[in-house]
Amino acid sequence: MLHTVNKSPFERNSLERCLDYAKKGSAILLIEDGVYGALKGTAVTEKVKKAMKNVTIYALYPDIEARGMQDRAIDGIKLVDYSGFVDLVAEHRNVQSWV
Amino acid sequence: MNETTGGVEMDEEVSGVVKKFLYVNRKAPYGTIYALESLEVVLIAAAFDQDVSLVFMDDGVYQLAKGQHTKSINVKNFSPTYRALEGYDIEKLYVEKESMDARGLTAADLIVPVTMLSTAEMADLMESQDVVLSF
Amino acid sequence: MPIVVNGQSFETDEEGYLTNRNDWNEDLAKEMAKVDNCALSDSHWEVINFLREYYDEYQIAPAVRVLTKAIGKKLGPDKGNSKYLYELFPYGPAKQACKYAGLPKPTGCV
Repeated sequence: MLHTVNKSPFERNSLERCLDYAKKGSAILLIEDGVYGALKGTAVTEKVKKAMKNVTIYALYPDIEARGMQDRAIDGIKLVDYSGFVDLVAEHRNVQSWV
Repeated sequence: MNETTGGVEMDEEVSGVVKKFLYVNRKAPYGTIYALESLEVVLIAAAFDQDVSLVFMDDGVYQLAKGQHTKSINVKNFSPTYRALEGYDIEKLYVEKESMDARGLTAADLIVPVTMLSTAEMADLMESQDVVLSF
Repeated sequence: MPIVVNGQSFETDEEGYLTNRNDWNEDLAKEMAKVDNCALSDSHWEVINFLREYYDEYQIAPAVRVLTKAIGKKLGPDKGNSKYLYELFPYGPAKQACKYAGLPKPTGCV
């Protein structure tokens, strides 16, 4: 299953709830303000790193770049462009959007 | 407002009380319209020669992040406009230290010079204002 | 209504401001000025070019007060004053010069 998160982890609990629900082997795509959850050195970094042992986390690079966060993504998070976004949706049987 | 009201001509009509205005910015840029709307209101209100301070806290500190490139998301990058504020005589910019720390940011990551305040200091600043506008 | 220059048509808003800033060229500025019965002198161009540089740097068209101050800083006090700028651009320096410079109307002007 693919989960998407588009809210900042510092403002909403969308990422937190998503991590509660994402089962081993599923994928999480961070988009829009959700990409702030993909960064090193923040208050949520450790939680995300821990989750990465069981799930694959992706982040939409255009949203990272727009926010000036190019050099801050956690190592191991996969950066995708819009066509990568489409591929992820196509590859997974269903999608839950944590809006 | 027409052009003449943006200039010195207006001072004669509305001079008098100068109030302390505080703009509180708590949202990240681009995900919502709050950051851009706040900036536009600040620029328009700058014509009224009031005592203006800007606060950036919570995700609002992200508004000032260096290196924003928005071409791929097809949205205007308004971060260079924060550097124009000085020319509008808006020079009191504050960021909350706790918000910066939680996001792994330092003053060197920001596009404009700011004063860093603790939550307690921020609360005092807020308390001392005549008008607080929240975004 | 579009403005036609050298056989090419450019989109503008209802007040004559260029819709797409990247469409701008010097002939377009001259044509916009001609519509207002204004022939562009070197002094006009100095302000127009200043505005284009300002926009490139800050992504906004400055308010007239800010423009006046910034012109004074760059080109000297004999040019950084309302009288000089209003003589060059009688419809309002920020408003009129921004139009010729292909910029949007300054924030806060109606």
